[in-house]
Amino acid sequence: MHELALSQGIVEVVCTRAAADGARRVRRVCIAIGALSPVEPNAIEFCFDAASRGTLAEGAVLEIRRPPGRARCRSCDRVVTIAGYDRPCPLCGEGRWVLVGGDELQVLELEVE
Amino acid sequence: MCGVCGCGGAGAGLEDDRTGGPARHGHGHEQEHGHEHEHEHVGADGTVLRHRHDLHHHAHHHPSDHDHPHPHAHPHPGHRPDRDEDGTTRLLRVEQDILAKNNAGAAANRELFAAAGVFAVNLMSSPGAGKTTLLVRTLTDLKGRFPAAVIEGDQQTSVDADRIRATGTPALQVNTGTGCHLDALMVTRAVGRLGLAAESLLFIENVGNLVCPAGFDLGETRRVVVLSTTEGEDKPLKYPNMFAVADLLVINKTDLLPHLTFDVGRLVDYARRIRPDLEVIQVSATTGDGLGHWYQWLETGLAAARRHRETDCR
Ligand SMILES: Nc1nc2c(ncn2[C@@H]2O[C@H](COP(=O)(O)OP(=O)(O)O)[C@@H](O)[C@H]2O)c(=O)[nH]1
Ligand SMILES: [Mg+2]
Ligand SMILES: [Zn+2]
Repeated sequence: MHELALSQGIVEVVCTRAAADGARRVRRVCIAIGALSPVEPNAIEFCFDAASRGTLAEGAVLEIRRPPGRARCRSCDRVVTIAGYDRPCPLCGEGRWVLVGGDELQVLELEVE
Repeated sequence: MCGVCGCGGAGAGLEDDRTGGPARHGHGHEQEHGHEHEHEHVGADGTVLRHRHDLHHHAHHHPSDHDHPHPHAHPHPGHRPDRDEDGTTRLLRVEQDILAKNNAGAAANRELFAAAGVFAVNLMSSPGAGKTTLLVRTLTDLKGRFPAAVIEGDQQTSVDADRIRATGTPALQVNTGTGCHLDALMVTRAVGRLGLAAESLLFIENVGNLVCPAGFDLGETRRVVVLSTTEGEDKPLKYPNMFAVADLLVINKTDLLPHLTFDVGRLVDYARRIRPDLEVIQVSATTGDGLGHWYQWLETGLAAARRHRETDCR
C-alpha cells in the first residue's frame, strides 16, 4: 500500500522519540511489518531513504522484522501460525479463525547517539 | 501513484480548496542510488536485517537481542565494528503503531458517526468496478427515503461528485493527488465541510485501488468491496487484505455474465476463504437487477445506527 506515507509516519515517530531523548543521530531503526499486513517491506525500505533525508534518521540502518500471522482457531480454539488469509488452521483444518497478530505496523526500537 | 514503489504522496485537496492543488510531497526517487554496499540476512525467526554501508557512515550494527551467526565474509573497506564501544549509543524502546495518527482519526470519526446515528459506508474497488454508477442509481431510487451524503475520493477531477450532485444529493470531492487512498483525517475534514445530517446515510467512495484503502481505517460503520464480473474470480486471492477487512462483497455487472466465463460461485468461495463471514450481494447497477438486496442491506444498517443512537442517548 502507501509506502511513502508509511515511511514518513515511521520517520515522524522515530524523530519525535529521538528528539525527546536529546539524540543527535539515529543509528538504527527497528520496525515490525506483520507478514499479513498489506505492506511491502522492500518499498518501505526504499521510501525510508527518501523520507529520512534531512532528518535525525538520515543514514540510519533500517531493520525490518516480519512477525508471522497468528490466529485463534474458531474450531479448536488454539492459537496457530497462519501463512495467509486463505489458509485454514494448520492443526484442525478449520477455515474460520480470528487474527491475533501478524498484521502489525510498528516502530519497535531505536538506537541513537 | 508513484510508478516506482507504488506509493503516493500526502496532502489531499478538498474540492474548492484550490490554493495550489494537491500538495507536493518531495518524493525523489534517486536516479543513482549509489550505495557502496548492501546486504541482507534472514534470521531464524524470520527477521530480515538489511545493512547498507556507504563511505560516510560505516556503522555495522546488530541489535543486542539478535545474536545470529554472521557468516558473510566480504570485504568492508574501512569497516569498524564500533557497536557501543564508545558508550555513546543507547537503545530506545518505542513500540508505537505507525498508523497511530490515522487510527486516532478513525476512532474520532466513528464516535461522531455513532453519536449522530449515521450509517457510514466505505466503498472500495478497483477503478471502473462501478462504485459511482451504483451510488447514482441508489441515490436516485432511494430519494426522499432518508437523508444521504457522499464523499468522493479520486486522485483528480470532481467528475464523480458532479455525477452524485446531479441526483440532488450533497457530495464533496476529495482529490488525493498522487495518494492512492483516503485516510481518516481527509474524511474528518470532508465531513466538516459537508455537514452531517442526523440519522443519515453517508457513502464514502474510496480511491479506485484494491490494495491501499484496505490499510486505512476511516471510522466507517461498514466496509464494502465492489468487484465487477469482468475482473476475474481470483481477485480475493490476489488482494486478500481488501477482502479480509470487508463486511460485504457486492458483485457488480451481473448483466454481462452471459458474455463472460466468470464463475460467481468460485469468486464467492475464494472470498470466503479469506473472510468466512463475508456477506455477498449480486447486482447490476445498470439494469437494476439485485438492487433490492442492496437497498435492504443499507436500510438494515441505517436502522441499526439509529437504534444505537437512541440507546446511547438515554
Ligand atoms: N454493463 C455494466 N456496466 C456497468 C455497470 N456498473 C457500472 N458500469 C460501467 O462501468 C464503468 C465504470 O463505472 P464507474 O461507476 O465510473 O466505476 P468506479 O470507478 O468504480 O466509480 C462505466 O462505464 C459504467 O457505465 C453494470 O452493472 N453493468
Ligand atoms: Mg467512481
Ligand atoms: Zn483449529
